[in-house]
Amino acid sequence: MEKIPILKMGEFLLVTIQVDMHDRLAMALQDDLTNAISETEARGVLIDISSLEIVDSFIGRMLANIAAMSRVLDAQTVVVGMQPAVAITLVELGLSLPGVRTALNVDAGMEVLRASVNGA
Amino acid sequence: MSTIPRNDRTRQVSALLTRNEETFVNEWLRQMSGATRRSDLMKETELRTQCSQFLRLLQNGLNGGDFNFQSSTWDKIREMLSEISRSRAIQGFTPAETASFVFSAKRPLFTLIRQEFGIDADSLAAQMWATTELLDAMGLYTAEVFQKSREDVIRRQQEELLELSTPVVKLWDGVLALPIIGTLDSARTQVVMESLLQAIVQTNSRVAIIDITGVPTVDTVVAQHLLKTVTAARLMGADCIISGVRPQIAQTIVHLGINLTDVATKATLAAAFQIALQRLGVSFVKEQNGKPNS
Amino acid sequence: MPVIGAENLPVQSESDVVSARRRVREISARLGFSLVDQTKVVTAASELARNTIIHGGGGTLLIETLNGPRTGLRLIFEDKGPGIQDVDLALRDGFTTGSGLGLGLGGAKRLANDFDIVSRPGEGTKVTITRWK
Repeated sequence: MEKIPILKMGEFLLVTIQVDMHDRLAMALQDDLTNAISETEARGVLIDISSLEIVDSFIGRMLANIAAMSRVLDAQTVVVGMQPAVAITLVELGLSLPGVRTALNVDAGMEVLRASVNGA
Repeated sequence: MSTIPRNDRTRQVSALLTRNEETFVNEWLRQMSGATRRSDLMKETELRTQCSQFLRLLQNGLNGGDFNFQSSTWDKIREMLSEISRSRAIQGFTPAETASFVFSAKRPLFTLIRQEFGIDADSLAAQMWATTELLDAMGLYTAEVFQKSREDVIRRQQEELLELSTPVVKLWDGVLALPIIGTLDSARTQVVMESLLQAIVQTNSRVAIIDITGVPTVDTVVAQHLLKTVTAARLMGADCIISGVRPQIAQTIVHLGINLTDVATKATLAAAFQIALQRLGVSFVKEQNGKPNS
Repeated sequence: MPVIGAENLPVQSESDVVSARRRVREISARLGFSLVDQTKVVTAASELARNTIIHGGGGTLLIETLNGPRTGLRLIFEDKGPGIQDVDLALRDGFTTGSGLGLGLGGAKRLANDFDIVSRPGEGTKVTITRWK
């Protein structure tokens, strides 16, 4: 099974989701990220979903879980680049993903992460 | 007096049409001449082709043994009629002219049926009645599709008007404003929501000010729509500020128990703009005597 | 409402969920649905497909293209699983509880124009959703 690559950028981890994930892949990402945060002692995680055309309840919950778990490991999570159609659909679905920080794009997301590390 | 089984009746009509194909089509075209013909919109050859096609599908349907237009036997002809109605709606035919495509076929068909079954009055009556029901259903169907096509065009035009009437304005690098004038209903809110979110992505704006000064009333439905827009924008990484909240609207919101605690609201667009700039870390320096204060 | 196209897909494994999403996307795009409408119907399909596998033990998806006078896309998810005890409760609990149980039904219903469900304990489940253009 292919895995979604996790890149290290200084004290942050960067994940770009570009494939239509099946559930097992999503679970694997959740596990891999948690391990990676722990191993690298990362202070933040940036998840780029600008290529994702579908975010259903499973993926939504995955994002919320990642945010929660990284918080326990003292890392901040930011999800960036959600497409308008996806956002509209998620709201209609009833998912507002509280507890998940969001930003428009990678640059904005990195700003948020840097600010959270410095300001904490 | 013989009672012919229904299946056979339809096949008999079909066979009748096969034997008299050319006469039928010619007579049908002749019926369509005159005011309903619209030779300005459609050439004779094209119309003849449509007639032949229709005839073939009609025969197929009849061979399927069914006079009931709602059954699946008639799927293909329904498809063809849909196509014809839709294209004629766009070309500029009237509903009557479009339906006459089917109705004009009645006279030549009945002439044939009378010639064939004229001897047996009961049989004749049964055939004529079944055929008229079938053709009427087809004619009505074309009218329905025609109507729907026209409605689609109108709806699209309305949507375009809506988009024009709710322009998204860039106030500053990273700040958008959406002044809404008029009532907000479901359809309009969809359009408005989508164009705002699109604009957020395109302009990379972190703050969107939704100004409702021009919205006469805010009820639970409108409030829900606004909240959905705000939530969607937040998921994308942008914050919304709702401005132009008049005292009466503030009262209504509280009265209806609408929860706006997570949303920033301001009385004026100017106040909202100030907040937006603060969030972006932008500040203005006031000049004195043409020189900036040091 | 004439059905001018019908396609049957198995919904047994999680790769079937991905296939279902892809196929519904292709068809709704071909029919000319707006991007938002496409996203809604594909997401609804994803929710219902997952339900069929997790709660229904696997089943089938029938994709029907509807035409004349209106264009529409109908998805019928069917399984021979245990069925749903209390459909009303399932619809309500959809996502508000936020628990892992979330049957996805409520969400799918909100994303569709028409929604119908037939389910009885021991008799399997059949969910039909339609999205009109």
